[in-house]
Amino acid sequence: MTASLKINDLHVSVEGLPILRGVSLEIRQGEIHALMGPNGSGKSTLAYTLVGHPKYEITQGSIEIDGTPLNELDACQRARLGLFLAFQYPVVIPGVKVADFLRHAITNIRNPNRKEGEGLIPMREFRKELKAMMDELGMDGEFARRYLNEGFSGGEKKRMEILQLAMLKPRFAVLDETDSGLDSDAVRVVSEGLRKLAGPEMGVLIITHHERLLEYNVPQFTHVMLAGKIVETGDASLARELHNEGYSKVRLRHPEEAAEEAARAQGRAAEPAGV
Amino acid sequence: MATDLSTAAPEEIGIGDYQYGFHDSTENYTFKSRKGLDREMVEQISAMKKEPAWMRDFRLEAYDIFLSKPMPSWGGDLSHLDFQDIHYYMKASDRQEQSWDDVPDDIRKTYDRLGIPEAEKKYLAGVKAQYESEVVYGSLQEDLAKKGVVFTDTDSAIRDYPELVREHFGTVIPSFDNKFAALNSAVWSGGSFIYVPKGVEIEFPLQAYFRINSENMGQFERTLIIVDEGASVHYVEGCTAPTYSSESLHSAVVEIIVKRKARCRYTTIQNWSNNVYNLVTKRAMAYGDSLMEWVDGNLGSKLTMKYPAIYLMEPGARGETLSIAFAGAGQHQDAGAKMVHCAPNTSSRIISKSISKSGGRASYRGLVKVEAHATGCKSNVVCDALILDPESRSDTYPYIEIEQEHVAIEHEASVSKIAEEQLLYLMSRGMTEAEASAMIVTGFIEPLVKELPMEYAVEMNRLIELQMEGSVG
Ligand SMILES: Nc1ncnc2c1ncn2[C@@H]1O[C@H](COP(=O)(O)OP(=O)(O)OP(=O)(O)O)[C@@H](O)[C@H]1O
Ligand SMILES: [Mg+2]
Repeated sequence: MTASLKINDLHVSVEGLPILRGVSLEIRQGEIHALMGPNGSGKSTLAYTLVGHPKYEITQGSIEIDGTPLNELDACQRARLGLFLAFQYPVVIPGVKVADFLRHAITNIRNPNRKEGEGLIPMREFRKELKAMMDELGMDGEFARRYLNEGFSGGEKKRMEILQLAMLKPRFAVLDETDSGLDSDAVRVVSEGLRKLAGPEMGVLIITHHERLLEYNVPQFTHVMLAGKIVETGDASLARELHNEGYSKVRLRHPEEAAEEAARAQGRAAEPAGV
Repeated sequence: MATDLSTAAPEEIGIGDYQYGFHDSTENYTFKSRKGLDREMVEQISAMKKEPAWMRDFRLEAYDIFLSKPMPSWGGDLSHLDFQDIHYYMKASDRQEQSWDDVPDDIRKTYDRLGIPEAEKKYLAGVKAQYESEVVYGSLQEDLAKKGVVFTDTDSAIRDYPELVREHFGTVIPSFDNKFAALNSAVWSGGSFIYVPKGVEIEFPLQAYFRINSENMGQFERTLIIVDEGASVHYVEGCTAPTYSSESLHSAVVEIIVKRKARCRYTTIQNWSNNVYNLVTKRAMAYGDSLMEWVDGNLGSKLTMKYPAIYLMEPGARGETLSIAFAGAGQHQDAGAKMVHCAPNTSSRIISKSISKSGGRASYRGLVKVEAHATGCKSNVVCDALILDPESRSDTYPYIEIEQEHVAIEHEASVSKIAEEQLLYLMSRGMTEAEASAMIVTGFIEPLVKELPMEYAVEMNRLIELQMEGSVG
């Protein structure tokens, strides 16, 4: 049976400021969805809200996986239910080695009922798996011994996100601009990597401003976000159209959201500098 | 952990975090001093030990100095420390044994629980186990003994190596150095004496383990280490005590002499229970082209005041202090380092990392001093503090005294909190909040922990994890 990630009429505020204003979306395992929209429209906000960032407050609506409501669950519990976010800006965790981190993560995700302090997956098995996956993604094995994201280039961080995705094999993966900041070889590696990973077991939401990732992973659905709402949903051709023509037509078709977008920009401009 | 955190009382969790809070009966002790300190007590300790007159006089003089010195008014809160409410000397067994089988059952079981005999088999070159005031067990690998290495308790050393001891005892830390050095000089008992002859390099660590068992106990070990020219040694000490509602006092003096081209590393993993005042004076003199390193991990105690010092006596001497402090609920770690550049072209490095949590307080207090004629010296100080919650506190008191223009001194300090973004990142990969925090903390001290031999690194990480457990909410 295929599970689904269901987002229903989601309203989200950050520090009291409403950002998302009624987002509904359903992603089934095996489907690829693209989410596009101008800068600041709320794509990352949706991604953070899905994984349970405490700063993003759900004021209305719900998120569920396979009928299990997520609203009250923390990020750890959501991850153990099979949700994964490849972060737009992966953070540095000084002093924590990639391999140690991944071994912990994999143990927890594969054994969601694991209690703290219970054993980790066997070292040999883990090493083998990690090495195979790194080879496949064209990553130097040396990265396993480095501290997580410390001193990584932008592209290396993104690859590290894909490596985690590959190792954790979530049911639902959200990729937030995983293709930006990559050189064209890396975009190919990441795109091909994702294509191999995203089988019938994985539902994928790709947030992107570029075309390549979607060429390798053709979305069945493309959603356009404007000022905190999904204003249009189409197929892969909509993604192509937006790439070629930008968002001006979308704004014309949705004057209310376009006005809201302009008002938000105004509000920010009106704030005193430096705040 | 077996404790269900949602239903356990807070004090249960607190004790659960500290694994070594158990104690043995004191019924079979060979000697228990009454509480309190006076001249007679000092004389009695000396008499029990059948010491030479010079040591007796040394003690009595130190006692007078102790009386004449005021309590330090800086550092931690010492106002509740009552010198008359402490037992100054306790002897649990008559002899020091060379086989664990001969150590009295209760005591042996305690060390078993602490894992000492097992560690000894695996990776130690020698062990001293001090229980209360006296060393109850001692061993040293035979080949080292043959090479002339001495590893014994300081009481025996006075008997067996009188010249060597008398030449150096109290020369690095004189009794008048501070009130607690004076106290230790008056009532000291036990501790390690190490002599490493010229050119002998000891591959595996020598370990001492200090255990307090009784309530209101005072432990005052005295350690003297002499590393002769071109020799090297790594000495490790660990300490634990039972959890009692009343306070105990641990006040050690550690003197180290590192001769030319010698190397000494002294590692401490201090894990006293939270009712112990830990007021320790540690100092090393490093001669030409030698290297002295203090690796100082402070996890336990109610209050620790400890600033391991290195006097760089001749050109080319190097000093390094790596210090980790963890202050949890009710704890104050006032720790740091002192580097005194007494000669030209000497260098020093201090790296301090502190973590404070659940209302704990961690302070870094450090001094770098460069004397007038000491040209071309280098010193680098880095202290980083991690504060885990708004109740906790961290302070930095870096002092620099330079009587010299031609020096290069760098000082960096940072204070950080665990960023929400770091927690989210780790939690979104399936870590619980507690695991995520522990991972961030472990990572924070990793640059220091990786300097430790593997076994101690594992131990340090385990202790940090215990400190972190059940504490995030
Ligand atoms: N933590 C935050 N604090 C303050 N404002 C925020 C925060 N997160 C998001 N916002 C605001 O919410 C709006 C949506 O931001 P979001 O990052 O979701 O946009 P986006 O669609 O991902 O844009 P981009 O394409 O540039 O990545 C922006 O105006 C942003 O400034
Ligand atoms: Mg974004």
